Amino acid sequence: MKLFELSRADDPGQAIAAGAKATTAQQGADIRFIAGGTTLIDLMKLNVEAPQKVVDVTHLPLAKIETLSDGGLKIGAMVRNSDLAYHPIVRKDYAVLSEAILSGASPQLRNMATTAGNLLQRTRCMYFRDTTMPCNKREPGSGCAAITGVNRSLAILGTSEHCIATNPSDMNVALAALEAIIHIRGTKGDRSVPISDFHLLPGDTPQRETVLEPGDLIIHVTLPPPAPGSRSFYLKLRDRASYEFALASAAVVVTVDGGKITGARVALGGVGTKPWRSPEAETELTGQAATEAVFRKAADAALRDAKPQSQNGFKVELAKRCLVHALKLVTQTA
Amino acid sequence: MNPDLKAEDDPQVVATTYGPEHRLQSERGDPDAAFAKAPAKLDQTYVTPSETHNPIELQGTTAIWDGQMLTLYEESQAIFNMRTVLAQMFGLPKENVRVITKFVGSGFGSKLWPWTHCSLAAAAARQLGKPVKLVLSRKMMFQTAGHRARTQQRMRLGATQEGKLVSLMQDYVYERSMLDEYHENCGEATPFHYSVPNLRVKFGRARRNIGSPSDMRGPGAVPGLYATESAMNELADQLKIDPVQFRVLNEPKIDESLGVPFSSRHLLECLQLGAEKFGWSKRTPEIGSMKRDGLTLGWGMATAAWVAARFAAAANIQLRDDGTTRIACGTQDIGTGTYTILAQLAAERTGVPLEKVEVALGDTSLPEGPVSGGSMATASVIPAVLDAADDAIKSLLTVATTTPGSPFEKRKNDELAFENGRVFVKANGPASGVPFADLLRSADLRFVTGNGQSNATFGEEKKEKPKFSTHSYGCHFVEVTWQPEIARLRVNRVVSVMDAGRIINPLAGRNQIEGAVVMGIGMALFEHTTYDPQNGAPINSNVADYIMAVNADVPKLEVHFLDYPDTEINPLGARGIGEIGLAGIAAAITAATHHATGVRVRELPITIEKLI
Ligand SMILES: Cc1cc2nc3c(=O)[nH]c(=O)nc-3n(C[C@H](O)[C@H](O)[C@H](O)COP(=O)(O)OP(=O)(O)OC[C@H]3O[C@@H](n4cnc5c(N)ncnc54)[C@H](O)[C@@H]3O)c2cc1C
Ligand code: SF4
Repeated sequence: MKLFELSRADDPGQAIAAGAKATTAQQGADIRFIAGGTTLIDLMKLNVEAPQKVVDVTHLPLAKIETLSDGGLKIGAMVRNSDLAYHPIVRKDYAVLSEAILSGASPQLRNMATTAGNLLQRTRCMYFRDTTMPCNKREPGSGCAAITGVNRSLAILGTSEHCIATNPSDMNVALAALEAIIHIRGTKGDRSVPISDFHLLPGDTPQRETVLEPGDLIIHVTLPPPAPGSRSFYLKLRDRASYEFALASAAVVVTVDGGKITGARVALGGVGTKPWRSPEAETELTGQAATEAVFRKAADAALRDAKPQSQNGFKVELAKRCLVHALKLVTQTA
Repeated sequence: MNPDLKAEDDPQVVATTYGPEHRLQSERGDPDAAFAKAPAKLDQTYVTPSETHNPIELQGTTAIWDGQMLTLYEESQAIFNMRTVLAQMFGLPKENVRVITKFVGSGFGSKLWPWTHCSLAAAAARQLGKPVKLVLSRKMMFQTAGHRARTQQRMRLGATQEGKLVSLMQDYVYERSMLDEYHENCGEATPFHYSVPNLRVKFGRARRNIGSPSDMRGPGAVPGLYATESAMNELADQLKIDPVQFRVLNEPKIDESLGVPFSSRHLLECLQLGAEKFGWSKRTPEIGSMKRDGLTLGWGMATAAWVAARFAAAANIQLRDDGTTRIACGTQDIGTGTYTILAQLAAERTGVPLEKVEVALGDTSLPEGPVSGGSMATASVIPAVLDAADDAIKSLLTVATTTPGSPFEKRKNDELAFENGRVFVKANGPASGVPFADLLRSADLRFVTGNGQSNATFGEEKKEKPKFSTHSYGCHFVEVTWQPEIARLRVNRVVSVMDAGRIINPLAGRNQIEGAVVMGIGMALFEHTTYDPQNGAPINSNVADYIMAVNADVPKLEVHFLDYPDTEINPLGARGIGEIGLAGIAAAITAATHHATGVRVRELPITIEKLI
């Protein structure tokens, strides 16, 4: 770990001003906000991140969960993952979010981790985390060791010839299916970005992962009101039973009326370079009967563009089974 | 390429053909001819990957030079090994090296030998004239601090239609580094485990640009039994014979490789008890035929064996004038309960209550004790401790008969006895006894001491053919659940029965078997050190990417011990139990997996991609 200077921001303006001096808000940032620290400190210990300045944002007044007048939910950027997962409204109206968070990491980590930090957690690609290896995301232009190396856990959707890293978050997959909006405050004021536009595909700039610019502070995330009669569910598949990132996961929010699917939002995890919303699957589902054949068609559609690597071809079928099963369970209980 | 490479060490040659020059490990009869003629045959190759020990505690050394004396604070499984190697490397007399290991956060074999960091720390401390502490990172623990060697084993089994083995051939190859001489003895149990007139075990080796492999819990036998037991299960299926029955049909009467009887083998009883506790008779052999709560069940089993032997050991016991006793032995407690076992032994032999027994371990200034490896520490120290206790008691009786004013003055030693901490005249019975502390105080002695020794039955010191074949045995019965709709396989129930001699401490014993079964679940389903195909480095060199079983993967584990003392090995009849629990479990899980899914996994681990 490199030496760094730690300071504490007491109001958002202070944090933004401090952050604005950074040369980038992406890989290689010389100034970083720190929330729970469970991603950042980890990467600093590995020398993958080496900010000179670290600004503690956990004291900002951004740790509340509030209902909005339209029936939606406003989640502060500093709300801890545990508090979010166990919040009664979340458990009742946004079960998929609660289930996704609780399927990830461990209780200790979830007690530290925050909404903003989780949104910005970095890939678990083993080459990214090992500074002796080539990696375009960590060191643009150095090559991608994973494409020709060990890539079993990496992405099959949204990849490029420069990077195939998975976005590892479970929470983000649920947020994608819930159509969350990320609210950002920066030097030029406030802006709101739908989660589907927040994370970027790797393309030829895998070091750029989000739309964030220097100084940009996530202040909260809002969720639209739950669709009347909808049910949601998160299913995560992995090698062992606990404490592992997803090989494939599915977040589904479905409304069934008289045996017909009237509304469907589907997102996949563990397979995409970003939280993978699948409009293709949603189209296949909407207006159809809630049957396994329909689910399978939706899953085929979701994975139609999958591009497997040398070791992760099984993820195509695994993700399909995951989605089909999630849909089956969510419509069974409906 | 290394110019010293022997022909059979050439990676290309060995990996594809097992090498032109097989090394013969065991042979009897004419296995080729018998195999050729056998009515039922199996010819399959089984692969186990590199695995990394991953004890919780990292390896580390603190080295201190004090003039000519080098002291090392270590987390060693073998302090005397460490002393010998360091003395040699630094050109010191052994007496000038002291190694201290009071507690170890587990080792699984990775701490049996000094690795580079030990000598580096010692050299740096000498150079600086200051203590130096060097702790490896988790990543380094995957590189040059030992791992289980990758193995590839071709098994050929021939049998009659009735299920009697006629030929058994095992040809195995394992990987090692460019430099070391490590031997992964996959053929350890093969020659004696089943009755078969024609047998051959051969091996080859492949040199690789990797760190040196080393012993990992159940070295040799664990990968070896994965292959032999898998082959037995497959052949049983092929013959449509129940796998338990297939073992019964091939149970040997004697160790056919050595031509000597077994000291104590009750494998059939293990199988019987295991089958009964598990409910094996309800098994229907058709694939996917068993269901419960919407899950497909798979039932499988396998047997286990592990060497039972002793290393040389010495121990010392003091009986003290305050009624306490101190037992000292330069072995180490690696988390297996050696402190407790020694205290129990001393308490049992001297009658001093457990809370008044002090145990000193883990210091080369103590009498030389055994390595904590090969599941032999307990078996090895027992005779030495008992011998030391007897010696101390002898001294005590001499004090009793020679101290002026002693109630036993002028008695002969052999008129006296010592029980429950009291000395008494045999003819008068124990009730008349005097506490040993009183005798010592009246003789104005702080303590009497006794020294004990026992010899080795294993390793270089073993000279002639043994009179008996001594091993531990056992079996595992496993239930897996399978959900094809989400490709989810879980181990749901394990019943293990162990025939490991007398169990001195049932709690510690159960803990060893349960821990080994958990490790076995990891071996079967998850563990695999992955080398980067381009630069050869272990790439999943951390405990997030090297997947091991966690609590949520561990179902209810049922452990039974037969508890037949094996007095060939030591007077108490206790064999080791640290490793046998890991033998066979992976084969039982792959068999259960086949029963549930129809997929034969012959290369561990059973990852999801092999099942969909
Ligand atoms: C062992 C382990 C296992 C895990 N397993 C899982 C798992 O199974 N599933 C899963 O989803 N996750 C898992 N995680 C990841 C975990 O969820 C994330 O580390 C956590 O959510 C990050 O939150 P944090 O608050 O600690 O972030 P930090 O580490 O504090 O920050 C992460 C990033 O966010 C930036 N940041 C923080 N707050 C703001 C803000 N307000 N505005 C702008 N930028 C900000 C920081 O500058 C930093 O770059 C695991 C982590 C570990 C260590
Ligand atoms: S996949 Fe992306 S993160 Fe991984 S090595 Fe390639 S460029 Fe780096």
